[in-house]
This record gives sequence, C-alpha cells and structure tokens, in this order.
Amino acid sequence: MTGRVLKRGIVGAALVASAAAFNSSWTTVVAQVSFDRLLRSAEEPQNWLTYSGTTMSQRYSLLTQVTAANVKNLEQQWVFQAQSLEKFEATPLVVDGVIYTVQAPNDVVALDALTGRAFWIYSHVPSPLARPCCGRVNRGLAILGNTLFLATLDDHLIALDAKSGRLVWNVTIEGARPEAGYAFTVAPLVVKNKIIIGVAGAEFGVRGFLAAFDATTGGELWRFNTVPGPGEAGNTTWAGDSWKRGGASVWVTGSYDPDLNLTYWGLGNPGPDWNGASREGDNLYSDGVVALDADTGTLKWHFQFTPHDEMDYDSTQVPVLADLEWQGRMRKVMLWANRNGFLYVLDRTNGQFLLGKPFVKVTWASGLDDKGRPIRVQSPTEEGVVIFPHAVGGTNWMSPSFSPRTGLFYIPSLMDSYATFPRRAVEFVEGRVFVGAFPVGPIQALRGGPINRRIPEQGYGAIQAFDPKTGTQKWIFKLADLTDSGVLSTASDLVFAGSREGYFFALDARDGSLLWKANLGGNVASGPITYAVNGRQYVAVSAGNSLFAYALR
Amino acid sequence: MWRAGVVLAFAVTVAVASLVAQHGYSPAEVAEGGRLFQASCARCHGADGDAVAGVNFARGQFRRATTDDEIVRIITAGIPGTGMPPGNFSEFDAGRIVAYLRSMTATPTASAGGPGDAARGKAVVEGKGQCLTCHRVDGAGSQLGPDLNSVGPLRRTGELQRSLLDPDAEIVDDNRFARVVTRGGETITGRLLNQDSFSIQLFDAKERLLSFTKSDLREYAILRSSPMPSYRGTLSTEELADVVSYLRSLKGRP
Repeated sequence: MTGRVLKRGIVGAALVASAAAFNSSWTTVVAQVSFDRLLRSAEEPQNWLTYSGTTMSQRYSLLTQVTAANVKNLEQQWVFQAQSLEKFEATPLVVDGVIYTVQAPNDVVALDALTGRAFWIYSHVPSPLARPCCGRVNRGLAILGNTLFLATLDDHLIALDAKSGRLVWNVTIEGARPEAGYAFTVAPLVVKNKIIIGVAGAEFGVRGFLAAFDATTGGELWRFNTVPGPGEAGNTTWAGDSWKRGGASVWVTGSYDPDLNLTYWGLGNPGPDWNGASREGDNLYSDGVVALDADTGTLKWHFQFTPHDEMDYDSTQVPVLADLEWQGRMRKVMLWANRNGFLYVLDRTNGQFLLGKPFVKVTWASGLDDKGRPIRVQSPTEEGVVIFPHAVGGTNWMSPSFSPRTGLFYIPSLMDSYATFPRRAVEFVEGRVFVGAFPVGPIQALRGGPINRRIPEQGYGAIQAFDPKTGTQKWIFKLADLTDSGVLSTASDLVFAGSREGYFFALDARDGSLLWKANLGGNVASGPITYAVNGRQYVAVSAGNSLFAYALR
Repeated sequence: MWRAGVVLAFAVTVAVASLVAQHGYSPAEVAEGGRLFQASCARCHGADGDAVAGVNFARGQFRRATTDDEIVRIITAGIPGTGMPPGNFSEFDAGRIVAYLRSMTATPTASAGGPGDAARGKAVVEGKGQCLTCHRVDGAGSQLGPDLNSVGPLRRTGELQRSLLDPDAEIVDDNRFARVVTRGGETITGRLLNQDSFSIQLFDAKERLLSFTKSDLREYAILRSSPMPSYRGTLSTEELADVVSYLRSLKGRP
C-alpha cells in the first residue's frame, strides 16, 4: 500500500464496520508502518512518517504539485485549535491520511488530514512536579507498526494504538525524576525495534542520557550517558564531581544512517550554563554530537562544537545527513548550523571536521582551528561582557532543511544577536535552576509579543541559504522579528518557513525571493510539513496554539 | 594539576555563593532591572524608592528583607495583607530588579543644581519650552511623544535632566520614531507603534493611527535619534531645575 497516494479512509478499527455500513465506498487501509517504510519514507512523500521527514532529517519533500508558479493560490483548508496556551512545538506525523500530533503538554491527537477533524485524543496529564525550563511543550511522536510513542514531561514513555488511541504500555524511565528537572520534550526516533529518546533538564543540573527501549515491551535496551561517569572515557573532562550535574541534555530528535547503523544526536549545554568555574575541562559530550551504534548504544565517535561552554550554546540541532560530492569524491556528510554561530560540515562515518564558517556574527571565537575546535577569545566576566551571538544562539532548536536539488542548506537564523554575559556564582540545589546569571540582551529568548519596536542592530531573524561545499551564503530572507520556525524544502524548489510575527511564507529555494505569505497571527514555533491526500498536496504548519493546513484552491 | 585546584575552588565557590550573590551585578543587569522597576514598581515605591513608609531603597532600607534572595521572594510572592502584590516576574527578572535596587544606594538622587520651583517649571513647560507641542500633561498637549502625566514617580531626577540635555542618550524601544515616504512622495514622521517584516504602524502628529505596507512605500526608516531638541543653551540652569521639579511633581490622576 505504500509508494502511492492512498484513498481517504483511515478510521479506528472499532469503527470500520459501522463506517462501512454508512458508506460502503470507503476504502479501509490498515496502517502498518514497518521500519522498512520508515527507512524509505522519502519514497512516499504523501506521508510524513518521522519527526524530520526521513531518518536523514533533510525536511525535503518530493511533492511537486505546489510550485513557484501556483504557490500564490494556496488557501487555508482547515485549522485545528489546540486546547492549550503553550507553544505548539510538535511536528505532526502524517500516516496514510491521518495526522498524529501532540497538543501541549502531553495530549496525543489523531486528526483527519483532509478536514482537521479529530478521530481521538489521548490525554496524559504530566505530574505537576515536572519542571521543564522553557515551557510545558512537546515536539512530537514516533510511529512503528500500529503503535505511536510519546515521551512525557514527567519521564514516562508511552505506547498507544494508532487506531484507537488506547494505551498499549506506559513505562517510567529509570533514574529520571521530574522533581529533579528531568523532562522529556523530544519526539522519539525509531531504529529497527527500538524507540530512542533523550532527556532534557540541563538548566536544573541533571545528568543527561540517551536510551533505547523495546518497541513491543517498553523495556530499556541500552543507555548512553551523555556526561561520562568515573571510569568512562571523557569523565576527566569534568573537574571533580561536576559531572554529576553536567547537563548535556537532549531535546531535539536525532538521525540515523542505515548503512553505517549509526544514530546521531545533538547534545545540550553543560550545567551550570553561564559559569564554568566549577567544571574546568572540555565537559564532554556537552554541546557536541555523538554517533552511537544503534544496536548497542556504543559510542563510535563524537565531535564537540563548543568545548567548556559558558554561553548556553546547546548543540540541540537536528543532525542533517547528506551525501555530497566533496572535493572530487562522494562523501557521507553531516550538515550542522550550530547555536554557537558556526556552520559545520562533518564526515559522518568518522566525525572528521571538513569545513566550518560563521553563518551569523560571532565574537566569542575568532575562528576554528584545523580540527574544528573554536579559538576562544571571549567568556563571561564578573562585570559582564557583550558577546555575539546571544545565548539564544545563531540558530536554536528549529529544524533546518537541505535540498539535494539545489544543494543548499536552509538555516533559520538569528542575525546580529548579542547579550551581556555576567558570570555569577551558583549553588546546586536539586530541582532548582542551576544556571548562573541569565544574559541580558535586547531580544527575548523564549517568546516575543505582538509589538516589535526594535531596530535591526538589536537582532533580527532570517532564513539563510548556504552552500555547504564552500560555507558561503547564497541568499538571505530577512525578517523584522526573530524566528523559531523550522524550514521545509520541496522538489519544486520551494522553501517554507514562518516567523514569530505569525507569518507563514514560501520562498524561491534558488534565490530566496518571497512567493507567498499568510498571516497566521501566532508564533510559528515548529517546522512546516507537506503531505498529500487523494492526490492533493497540503502544507501544514503550527502557529500560536493552532495547526493550519493549506492546499491549492 | 588543574583538577585538584579546581575541586578546591569549587568547594570555596559553593561556600561563598550566597555572599557573592549579594553584590557584583553587571551594568546590563542593573539597566534591565531599572526598566522593570520603572514599569512595575515605581508607581507605588516612587522613582527614588522612598514613597512607601518605612521603605527607602536608595538608603538600603527594607522592612522585611535583608538578603537578595529574600527580596526576590517578596517581589515574586508579594506580602499578603499589605499593598505589595505578587509580581509576575521570573526569578531572573526579580533578580535584576534587586540589582537595580542595590544600585540605587550607590547613585544617590540628590537633585544636582538644587531643587527648582515646580510652579515656574510648569510655566516653562507650557510656554518657552514648547514641551506640549509633543508631550501631554493632564489632558493638555499632544499625544505624539511620551505622556508626562505620571512621569514623576517613573523617572529619577538625573534621568530627567539627561533627557532634557541629551535626548539621544537613551531612546527606549517604546519611544522610537519612524519616517516613511509614500509612493506619492508624502513624508510622514511619527511614533513607531509596531512593525513586522511586511508592514509598519505609526502614530503621527495629527494623532492618526497609520499602517503601511512596506512594499507600497518608497522608503521607510526607524530613526536612531530622538525628535526632541536638546534644551542645553535654550533653558538656563535654573529653568532646567524648575522643569525637572515640575516633572517630578506630576503623579498622574489617582
């Protein structure tokens, strides 16, 4: 049933008989999302089967019905208003005509992709003890077979029947206590029969980890400590027992290369964020990417973007995998626009540094050495020092996109952002924020409002296109306010993205010119997706508290 | 080598953390705290922090708090049964307000130039100074510039003096001006109300709420300087002191 646009008609198994009685023309399709389908998800672009579209995480779609010529005819088809005032950070899954998404904090919703009407809602009410740093948000689900997987703010992993929304299993994740700041906001990654997730909470002095769970039973299969303990390689990069509160959290989904059987994950800041005095050393694997054997969780290689970070430059970006001709031969690379302001290209077979250049204004490092290690020239001081970029970064968690057609890497960017970073003593108290002094700057890190009277010198948002082979900017589309939006590119050379102002827009992937826009009235704080039902292409995006779907009129 | 030293340093750090936290705020934190104080605290406590009986921030006099942590708790939780409400602040923002309160003791407000005469100052504001061409006091004057009706509790003496002498020294985001030139060639300057990537909203001297699509404009710019003239040389030292005294006396209507 894969590889072509399916006719409408996914309904809960229990409803099939009665639905058929009402309308015998409905086609009943049983969703069987095998791992093979996930690996080949690019070949069924009518669906959006994983957080980043494919395990390569390019957020690139082969759908071409919407083009530069007709994109101006996009028209709103439906709106799903979440019963939540939180940011809508989830990327929906689309499986054979059904959308699965998460309404904050932890309600799983199944919607008809054609009409936006809900089939069912499963509500998990997280413990009030849960204390995520930056909103009671969730970034989405994973699916395998007929089962959906949700990682919760209060440290549960939950499996649901995708047809009925009924609970299949609910396990507590060992060693992750919500009252100590451990929280899961990440959309899980499926590799074979494993559900891989990582824990957030670096602002509370947690010790981060990635763990894989058996999709059938929920039993834990392996765990990788993102802050190595005594006896583990890398532990000596942490002074004393600072590793116990080292952070290196995980809050954005990783990627997977089936040929190498490696899964790649970006890791968050070391704790405390803005004072490294207590944790002398490089603080592995904070602000780095780790490549793990997907079967065992064994570390194959790592690359640390910001050793001994004191600016909160989490490397929680999605690892974008691409196969590029590199200086005369094909290479398996990883593209990474980092919160620290540098764009990197790595060889993903071994972590070798191939290229690195700033993609925004950077003052904390004068450049990168030939191994890709930053040449540090600024750190927080007692009296405070102005550093570019702001702690919110040159980019943040929002997903970039890579188009194999244009060869360009599309980066949601925060331009010319800066803050004063004061260094402040900080004491660890379990369950309380463990950060130091919050940097002070003219932009608002987490959310803006409906009024913007800033001048561009105070920082602004943009979508930038970079050529990863040279690290040079090809075009920039500037916004008056910041953006928290991910990017989608398509084989018809369109780039879709949004802004804090509430615009959702389409750009020409080759030159960045604006082709279409709509005002959705709320912050676009997740990545747009595209899918098709009955041969009609849709583009969906969340803004404010709602999910919007567009198609050609 | 560094490990042993750092372990020791860490132990010391933890021991003195609460002491260090008492002082050593950065100028940026103080400035941000000052903005928050003016927006949320000054209306009751006064710009100089001495408007509530028994409390005088400039003298470091608090009724129920000594440490920074205690002040943060009062700012966020309020004091039940009193006029001090819980504030809608994060711990960080409350900490910045504390940074500002602590800074007040270091920068006494002594009105340089001596206290002026508010009545004479009123005459200057309404006459020679032509302040009401752009500003408004008690319903009279223009709404183009910032309303001065309750500026007294919101601005300290030194801040008012600086604004009169050097209006470009600090322009807060809310007081920016912008200029647009329409396709038809009309130039309109007004207070910047809002902007986004595709549009800009102004309030002009004719008290119109204007909204323009940027692509329809010949040009647009947010001004980096203030449209207010400096009164250095225009007003005498005594007149300036009188104007400041008058402005400090404006407490708005109850």
